[in-house]
Amino acid sequence: MHELSIAQSILDIVCRHLPKGADARVKTIRLTIGEMAGVVTDSLTFCFSAISEGTPAQGAALEIVHVPLTVRCRACGRDSAITPEAFICPACGGRELMVTGGRELLVKEIELHENGASP
Amino acid sequence: MSVITIERKVLEKNDQIAAENRSLFARHGVFVINMVSSPGAGKTSILEQTLGRIGISVSAAVIEGDVQTDLDAQRVAKYNVPAVQIVTAGGCHLEANLVRDALTRIDLSKIRLLVIENVGNLVCPSNYDLGEAMKVVVAATTEGDDKPLKYPGMFRNATVLVINKIDLLPYIPCDLGRLKENALKINPSLKVFETSCTTGAGIASWCDWLTDQANAVHRP
Repeated sequence: MHELSIAQSILDIVCRHLPKGADARVKTIRLTIGEMAGVVTDSLTFCFSAISEGTPAQGAALEIVHVPLTVRCRACGRDSAITPEAFICPACGGRELMVTGGRELLVKEIELHENGASP
Repeated sequence: MSVITIERKVLEKNDQIAAENRSLFARHGVFVINMVSSPGAGKTSILEQTLGRIGISVSAAVIEGDVQTDLDAQRVAKYNVPAVQIVTAGGCHLEANLVRDALTRIDLSKIRLLVIENVGNLVCPSNYDLGEAMKVVVAATTEGDDKPLKYPGMFRNATVLVINKIDLLPYIPCDLGRLKENALKINPSLKVFETSCTTGAGIASWCDWLTDQANAVHRP
């Protein structure tokens, strides 16, 4: 259940980026999460709604772009999407693979409520 | 519509503190491992065996991470090494700032090896860099030979695999060959040791390797 600590980190980052002095409230938080990032989306959403209560991000929706696990084979140079059960190049069977995608855990952007609009 | 671009790593704060820990270790020439496993795989038992054996050649210290109690720190303190217990009080993994705080209670100039024993958990500690040189994952034969496939993140992020409780192999349905094969499927560059803390099998070669690693670190 490290999703609670991840939710806290997201909330900290979002609050740090809010315009100063304005009465900003967050409508949407866009995240990029890789398949190998080890994050359970449902838990994250649950934890975030719990800890964001009373903050400018209360009620904000988490929009998540999932990134599949992709690798580059050091032997044949081919890029492939694989499942994490076997790190084997689908093209040549090579075992020396470099992970090129799927480890991401990023806050991409936030969208704010229009001034005066209710959440 | 007001959109603010952020593009920040969620774990950037942890990664930054981990980098500070790492440069602190480098300044003192300390080799640091982060031991991870599911609960009960034998991390502390391996650590006890290790400290009992390498004490003369390598001065070590231990940071213990547990959800509750300082029982593990008490166990390793018997080997006359500095042992700091981090009680996470529910937290399922160690984070770099907890390690940084624990480091204030260890004199790094007096040690060559620091073992951080993480909270027993094969999921959460995987993505938290603590500043270690490498992760050592312990898998017990009693957990079955499919563990690496179920928790690929941890086995992919580890440098070393210690397969523990090999003395129990005759009594349980675990295929040692398949366990290794599954682990190497996830991470072909894993360095694998096979140990038993009951019979002492494999402990010597693990300790020799660990001693070599610690001695190879440049001492400023």
